[in-house]
Amino acid sequence: MLLSILIYGLINSIILALTAIGFSLTFGISGVANFAYGGFYILSGFLVWMLLNYLRFPLLLAIALTIGVVGLLGFITYWIILLRVRGIALSEVIATFALGVGILELFRYLGFVTYEFTLPYLKKGMILIAGVPVDYQRLYIIGIGLALVLFLYFFTHHTRIGLSFRGIAQNERTAISLGIRSDWTAALSLAFGCAMGALAAIVILPLGIISINTGYEVLLIAVAVGIVGGLESVSGILIASLILGYTQVFTGTYLKPEWMMVVYLAAIVIVLTIKPSGLFGKFKELEERV
Amino acid sequence: MNKEPIKFRKERLDRGIKARCEDIFALSSYREILYLLLPRVLPVALLLVFPLFKDIVGLYWEKVLVITCAIALLSLSWDWLASVGLISLGQALFFGVGAYVTGSLNYAFKWPPLITIPLGTLGGALICTLLLLPVLRLRGVYFAIVTLTLPLLLMRFIETTKILGGTEGLSALTPLPSLWVELYVPVFTLLICLFGFRRLINEDYGLVLQGIRDNDRAVMSGAINIYWFKTQAVFLAALVGSFPGAFMTHYYQFVGMPAFALDYSILPLTAAVLGGVGTFAGPTLGAFILVPLSEVLRAFGTLRVVFYSAILIICVVGLPEGVFHYIRRKYHQFERMVEVG
Repeated sequence: MLLSILIYGLINSIILALTAIGFSLTFGISGVANFAYGGFYILSGFLVWMLLNYLRFPLLLAIALTIGVVGLLGFITYWIILLRVRGIALSEVIATFALGVGILELFRYLGFVTYEFTLPYLKKGMILIAGVPVDYQRLYIIGIGLALVLFLYFFTHHTRIGLSFRGIAQNERTAISLGIRSDWTAALSLAFGCAMGALAAIVILPLGIISINTGYEVLLIAVAVGIVGGLESVSGILIASLILGYTQVFTGTYLKPEWMMVVYLAAIVIVLTIKPSGLFGKFKELEERV
Repeated sequence: MNKEPIKFRKERLDRGIKARCEDIFALSSYREILYLLLPRVLPVALLLVFPLFKDIVGLYWEKVLVITCAIALLSLSWDWLASVGLISLGQALFFGVGAYVTGSLNYAFKWPPLITIPLGTLGGALICTLLLLPVLRLRGVYFAIVTLTLPLLLMRFIETTKILGGTEGLSALTPLPSLWVELYVPVFTLLICLFGFRRLINEDYGLVLQGIRDNDRAVMSGAINIYWFKTQAVFLAALVGSFPGAFMTHYYQFVGMPAFALDYSILPLTAAVLGGVGTFAGPTLGAFILVPLSEVLRAFGTLRVVFYSAILIICVVGLPEGVFHYIRRKYHQFERMVEVG
């Protein structure tokens, strides 16, 4: 029992971290709260489904194509919509929010609401880990989640683009004076955030059906994890995911599974009351907190 | 040698009636008084007269009027928050909490609407303010994030804990006493809130709030407690936002999870942005354009939400001014083409 809680808690935590990391990356770098995140998440799910079922693409090709396309869409979104309202918080928030809602409700209108919309597992079957049955898909999620975090660390510390990401995040004006192009970096950060959302969608969605309401839920998870951990810090995201993930599994096991959503509400309210900038939000603390 | 084509430039001149600045006028005739009064009196008169013609326009459109007033109130509340620099993405929070407080009071104690609607409005506003209190210490998008999340979470909360009727909601509540109450209460509330807000934002109090929006540190350095002012502003907005919830609960004789629906968040937001942010008249105008339009487009179902989103994006990116500012400019200024160079 305890072992199963430990293992499934870890899986749940990684799912939360994967879901939240794209949102947090974009916000951390360009300061754009990408409220279209849930929309892009569901869009990538349906895109893979359509590529698989209408065009009969092989799975891996469909996945690669989807991640690329969604990343590109994020990039285009920045150049077409966000560039024009950059710096006006009101307009940025409204534009991305409207875009996300538009994508989700368009799919609802087109009739993508039935139970036939499921994505295939990357690999079927399951193994026993210390007597607890775990299917391969969940193992893949753990693997991809960890790989993504490692990749992010390497990328932001040892590549040119990654370093310019951090430069813009720390001090935009100084970064500009050193020749880092702010708009390119922001657009890339949006593209990266969306692509990560797509990756998360592709590995997580096979566990259930693709439903429109998941899109709103994803935003909720991203926000909850972001607020608990601090919106811009990767380590904060990881630790917040662990806290929320394990709390959820405990509530699911000892109370009722329906109560798992209530954990977010409680966590948001408690963290905002005690430490409003999140448990690990550091360098933006002075800015965000009046 | 090719000749330079004659270029024209549009020149805008204020009408002579306007003295010195935005809101000071020099009036010298009844015609000029009429010129100033007409845009204020005409909409009010239309609003007041519209319910009287219920036999001609039909009950259906009178009901649309009630919904329009509710959405207009929500968008007024949105605009009020926006003038303090707080962006709300979840007006449904105010609507839903007001609706649930009223509904449960009526359901549990069988109190008449005369008591439950004011209590629901007040109670709803208090609860919303308490819920939003922690976020007010933060700047930036946090307020937007939390207001977006709260209605979704509260909806889930009611669904899972099965309190307040759970997914079924509370039905068979007391109906409103008469059709006239149903029609005139929202209209009068809307007018009071509209002109009240327009007056209040130009008083000293409103200036402090606008100051918080523009530069909160400067206001703090004036020894003003900005959290206290923000709390008051949120309470006022919640009051105006909870009233439609409280009223519609008795109007529908039902309260349930749809009270937290996305429509109540995105419609007021679209109305405000379409109409023109910051004027209060703009969001009201926006609501009066958008809600009847969406009734006409009822056949399209959820596509309407896509349509609102498209309007929102286009307005925010392309026409940030809004309809109201445009009309006002056309009304108050001459335009003529002037030759350049």
